[in-house]
Amino acid sequence: MSNDGRAAVRTRGVIKTFGRGDNAVQALKGVDFDAHCGEMIMIVGPSGCGKTTFLSVVCGTMRADEGSIEVFDTDLLKLSTGKLTAFRGANVGFVFQQFNLIPTWSILENASVPLLLNGTSRRKAEEEAARLLTEVGLGKRLNAYPSQLSGGQQQRVAIARSLVHQPRLLICDEPTASLDAANGRKVMELLKASACRADRCVIVVTHDSRIFSFADRIAEMEDGVVKTIHASGDYKAHFI
Amino acid sequence: MGPLGLFRGLMLRLALKMLYGDVAKFLMLVGGLTFCALLMTQQSGVFCGLMRWTTATIRNVDVPIWVCDAKVEQVNEVVPLRDIEVARVRSVEGVEWAVPLYWGIIQARLRDGSFQQVQITGLDASTLVGHPPRMTAGNVEDLRLPNAVIVDQIAVKKFKSKGYDLKVGDTFEMNDKEARVVGLCIAEPSFMGQPYVYTTYERALEYAPPQRKQLSFVLVKPKPDVPAAEVVSRIRKIPGIAAYTSDEFSKRTMAWYFIYTGIPKSFGFVVLLGAVVGIVISGQTFYLFVHENIRNLAALKAMGASNTLVSEMVLLQAFTAGITGYGLGVGAATLLGMNFLERGEPPFFLPWQVLAFTGSVIVFICLLAACIGLLKVFRAEPAVVFR
Repeated sequence: MSNDGRAAVRTRGVIKTFGRGDNAVQALKGVDFDAHCGEMIMIVGPSGCGKTTFLSVVCGTMRADEGSIEVFDTDLLKLSTGKLTAFRGANVGFVFQQFNLIPTWSILENASVPLLLNGTSRRKAEEEAARLLTEVGLGKRLNAYPSQLSGGQQQRVAIARSLVHQPRLLICDEPTASLDAANGRKVMELLKASACRADRCVIVVTHDSRIFSFADRIAEMEDGVVKTIHASGDYKAHFI
Repeated sequence: MGPLGLFRGLMLRLALKMLYGDVAKFLMLVGGLTFCALLMTQQSGVFCGLMRWTTATIRNVDVPIWVCDAKVEQVNEVVPLRDIEVARVRSVEGVEWAVPLYWGIIQARLRDGSFQQVQITGLDASTLVGHPPRMTAGNVEDLRLPNAVIVDQIAVKKFKSKGYDLKVGDTFEMNDKEARVVGLCIAEPSFMGQPYVYTTYERALEYAPPQRKQLSFVLVKPKPDVPAAEVVSRIRKIPGIAAYTSDEFSKRTMAWYFIYTGIPKSFGFVVLLGAVVGIVISGQTFYLFVHENIRNLAALKAMGASNTLVSEMVLLQAFTAGITGYGLGVGAATLLGMNFLERGEPPFFLPWQVLAFTGSVIVFICLLAACIGLLKVFRAEPAVVFR
């Protein structure tokens, strides 16, 4: 997928500290980062380097202490909590490591939630959710519950849920960590095929070197900063 | 409904699905609340029934104004008055009529020699004011026949337990004098538990042990155009006697039992226990329910659900369990109460205040449980979903 060069995410000097005094831990130490529309960018690095914290501040589920975070030209740090929630609801889709599907809701209900939260009628939300679930190969199991599906199928539901409201930023946190190699590959193929569009940016945090080849670029984090950004092929070479 | 209301409605529907989906926790939650509502309603109902029994004589006699000795604190205690007090009360302006009433506890001796304590009520023979509220056999007017008494359903039951099937025409003795049953009636059971035996005032004095003063109460009706309270205040000007409207006398009697007996404390303790059990079981279960769903709720927050919406979802879940538990608990207490009333004991009375009280406690428990859960939800940053 070619990127159109338009900045989707732009961060400068992002700092985030947890705790106070002697117990304070600085998780992000001034992160500068750019992601563009039309690309899938992966963030990699050792455990504790700040990947998840960075992902959280970029998508607005956590407030940074300092710096600037612009997502599609909106400065997240200047938004009130209510406006930030609304911004997330309208512009961000999520794929979580643990899927985070609500077990007592059918997969159709789970997948239609982002649309319902944006005020779409139930009929329209379920129509759109059913279309996407069909697209990810679960069209015949719309009324199944998450516990009746395999891990790979659950992650496909999560992908359908993350895309149902046409978000411009898709955030994926270790999307293949709970899956075996074959299912992990299928999920990434699905993400690449259905999520990557010219007007959308996909950010994936991962440890899984088997999926690096799906990235357009790879940002390597170390000790709270983005150390280097590689083209996918260059970084993959480290692991061969 | 606007689009905002519609989406809220849909999310709240899903919140209920989330609640019902966890069957074990839902049942435990509802079970705890049901037990709490049942215990509180049933025990409060028995307490109210017991308090009502303390004033049964007032309702059985059913007159607007009671006059007694100034030292009398409640209807079940008697400090005898002089007979002349009837005439003095009659002379008060605004009194339509005033009649004497004897009330006391004496022993009745059955034909086989066994004894039964009874509450003897001696009515003014000419008017029979204060006569039994409901006759099941015989006529009230027959009280004017020689040695005539009318007994209530408790007497029939108590005498039966002693092998004596009491019916109209039967006789027993009180103070070595014959009493002939001319009628059976139904009267409200009293706190004392003894049967009511009705007779005329003069005959009651014959059955009762002799005393210098024997008049228990003067029963008064005010003239139609004079308020009872006005007549009461006029009667109170007579030295040495007190007067109360029946409502005042009931409240005074109940207040006496409330203050001078341990009944409210014992029932209050059980009611408190019910509330504590409800808070502990339901509060803990609901907290666990929210705790287990915290990632799901955080995921909803990450996807754009506001704290207000998540709070509404959690409150709806808490109150749905609360309303279900309240309905089941109050329903079960009512069924038990109906069974008590059918059997005649223990006492049971369910005024709307008890239902409101139980409802308030359940609302408090739901709010407390929801608030503890919400505290966790509010503290949980949406970013928790990435951990």
